[in-house]
Amino acid sequence: MSKIKLLTDGLVKNNPTFVLLLGMCPTLATTTSAINGLSMGLATLFVLVLSNMAISLIAPVVPDKVHIPVYIVVIATFVTLLQFLMQAYTPAMYETLGLFIPLIVVNCIVLGRAEAFASKHGVGESALDGIGVGLGFTCSLTVLGLVREILGSGSAFGWSFTGGADGMLAFVMAPGAFLCLGYLMVLFNKFLKKNS
Amino acid sequence: MAAKSNLTNMVLVLGLVCLVCSAVLGGAYVITKAPIEAAAAAKTQAAVAQVLPHFENLDYNADNRYYTAFDGETVVGYAIESTVVGFGGPLSLMVGVTSDGVVYNTSVLSHSETPGLGAKCSTDAKFMDQWRGFDPAVKKLSVKKDGGDVDAITASTITSRAYTLAVENALKVFDTISVIPGVTGNLPEMADQVGHDDNDEGGQDNE
Repeated sequence: MSKIKLLTDGLVKNNPTFVLLLGMCPTLATTTSAINGLSMGLATLFVLVLSNMAISLIAPVVPDKVHIPVYIVVIATFVTLLQFLMQAYTPAMYETLGLFIPLIVVNCIVLGRAEAFASKHGVGESALDGIGVGLGFTCSLTVLGLVREILGSGSAFGWSFTGGADGMLAFVMAPGAFLCLGYLMVLFNKFLKKNS
Repeated sequence: MAAKSNLTNMVLVLGLVCLVCSAVLGGAYVITKAPIEAAAAAKTQAAVAQVLPHFENLDYNADNRYYTAFDGETVVGYAIESTVVGFGGPLSLMVGVTSDGVVYNTSVLSHSETPGLGAKCSTDAKFMDQWRGFDPAVKKLSVKKDGGDVDAITASTITSRAYTLAVENALKVFDTISVIPGVTGNLPEMADQVGHDDNDEGGQDNE
């Protein structure tokens, strides 16, 4: 498998949000604005790359029967590390994302990549796969957040263009999250089919 | 893919992985401890600075959750933390009260109100500005719908009520502070007056 394909697979063909439909809980909950979506995506990217690398290293010596607990411990370690770092250096962002940072531990994408890819491939490939899937997740979350922010708050990346007027509130709340996600998924898959 | 499982290697690998991971986290905890504390302290400083006039030192009272702000020896005012139940969960405010019992300013520490509706309590300039210099002796501390003088946020009466209640609770805490002798000693007239009122109220409370 070529290195570029490893990267682009996660971005497009195996896009975790729009194609695999993994990690829906943080996707719906944290994308109230583009910045929030972007930071949640980057946080997941960080954990994904490091856990993929660590797991690909230790996978050959991990006994089959305990591989899930071992992976979870490794992932939880990186998530906690990320929590400490965010609390220390980006406290405002930590407060916004709050509960969803510790929940990265149980994000299907991270454990899914560990099981399906990292445990069977080398460190370099696993790192690339982590970057690809992580970027795919980050881009989807940013786009979803951007669409919801434009429609719901009348701003983009925190920059307001409606002069303080209200947007369509529903899009900031849960129903709007489902609507936007659905329509973006349709668009993404239509575009994907046309190209293949 | 993976090694064959037997009891020895399962215990060994799981134990070793946990040991390494806890060591890493222990190290990270020690390294980030100081910056995390600094960030928390900076946040508190910023929150207090937002609700009180210029001050130099802070003194925290953990029992009643308020900060006394000093400029030299003078008490500038009190920043009182106040938490009530809002529409979507706990609503935490920092309420700055100057020594004369007037609200200097308020700020939201944390909330879980509905985005676009109740969440405006931390962004809506019109709502927030009315708390600057709010004098409970002159204005009635309840939302207009309930016959008071507080302008509620449109479509968010419950949040506005909760906010008002939080300010009211903070003022109650202020009342208990200002009866403590010596604390407001620099402003004897004010202290007497406020203290007198408080004694009456305190008496009623006890009964």
